[in-house]
Amino acid sequence: MAKAVIFDYGVGNLLGLKCALEQVGFGVSIGVSGQDLAQADALVLPGVGSFTPAAKKLECVKEAIQNKVVEGVPLLGICLGLQLFFEESAEGFGEGLAFFKGKVVRLQGDLKIPHMGWNTLNLVKSCELFDGIDGGAYVYFVHSLYPVPIDGSVVCTKTTYGTTFTSAVVDKNVYGLQFHPEKSGNVGLQILQNFAKIVMR
Amino acid sequence: MPLTKRIIPCLDVDHGKVVKGVNFLQLKRAGDPVELAKRYSDEGADELVFLDITASHEKRDILRHYVEGVAKTINIPFTVGGGIRNVTDARNVLCSGADKISVNTAAVEKPEIITELADVFGQQCIVVAIDAKRNLSPTEGKVTVQTDEGSVWFEVTTYGGRKSTGIDAVAWALQAEKLGAGEFLVTSMDKDGTESGFDIELTRAISEHVHVPVIASGGAGVPQHFVDVLTTGKADAALAASVFHYNKYPVPVVKDYLCKAGVAIRQ
Repeated sequence: MAKAVIFDYGVGNLLGLKCALEQVGFGVSIGVSGQDLAQADALVLPGVGSFTPAAKKLECVKEAIQNKVVEGVPLLGICLGLQLFFEESAEGFGEGLAFFKGKVVRLQGDLKIPHMGWNTLNLVKSCELFDGIDGGAYVYFVHSLYPVPIDGSVVCTKTTYGTTFTSAVVDKNVYGLQFHPEKSGNVGLQILQNFAKIVMR
Repeated sequence: MPLTKRIIPCLDVDHGKVVKGVNFLQLKRAGDPVELAKRYSDEGADELVFLDITASHEKRDILRHYVEGVAKTINIPFTVGGGIRNVTDARNVLCSGADKISVNTAAVEKPEIITELADVFGQQCIVVAIDAKRNLSPTEGKVTVQTDEGSVWFEVTTYGGRKSTGIDAVAWALQAEKLGAGEFLVTSMDKDGTESGFDIELTRAISEHVHVPVIASGGAGVPQHFVDVLTTGKADAALAASVFHYNKYPVPVVKDYLCKAGVAIRQ
């Protein structure tokens, strides 16, 4: 059984994500140290918390994560997890993992913020992670910031809420989702299943 | 395609059993929160709310047990409320698998709890529930609204509507938003349980003043009520219990109706 390790920033709910990953066939553990991450076939950065404390928690495992990614181990970032793949965030100080060039900015305008609820994915590039997902499929969002990658070729899906923003990025074995697949019903489950397929092949 | 409006079934749970609005003919099926949660999730509910009304010292263990049960069963977001008074209570519920926590009386009595919770768990995690009642006696300094009953303001109540506070619900919402509320769950104590429609004026008054999402609650009886509160009432989401428990208007029927009425809905 492929082993997925969820990195724990120390706040909130990881159970929903753990159950969803188990449902698609992973053995799942929660990790806090480089040693915990060493045995992983897949790494997951979850989506609960805020940038500055999470970036601080990541400092001690930064190298371990970067090494795993170089080895080719798939890395999935969800919401805040995705935002940590960028260099910096308007949410606060701290350095991200910089797998993607660019920064994370705030949603602005005459809108209810956080962007909370179900919105659609506009598929802009074919990607295995979205196999079997139709353009216009609904997924669950809850966020106040979004990523702005410098390299447009990493953008997989876009979503519109006032502005049209990047809602998924992929570069080789690094996958980032601004929405929560573990809270997105069957569509989310399909995306996690695709991730499992990528990990287990 | 825009952000859709959310339809949220609510489970009022006492000692691990759904108690409110249950059709006694279906007690066996409707009584178990985990089973009901699964049914609603499968039927296309956009989110779930659990309000724990257990008033006893074994509360914490019961709560943990069923929150975990639900978290393992569904894959849509869910909020847990009822007696959360501090960061420890909130952490227990969130670590058991809830995505958001809802605070009500504790926040009215000690508003700074909202900031404490938002600082630890993030603003998106904190739902402030407001139980409001129409007050017809004119009072200076309150946000008044013209209704078919004349000029009213909305008064915050606590302890499940038993205690009137004299606080203006709109002013309270604005204060709570500043303190870190990520969402409001606004229940009309006048409409709750009547199935005569949501309090449109109450919902709109709060929704127009705050910049975070508003869930309307109390009074849902027929699908048109959902249309009214999500359009005229400017709610971002609508919550109901008995219409769904009774199976009178299952979630897909309500969503279908909303869709035909032109409301953006996930189907």
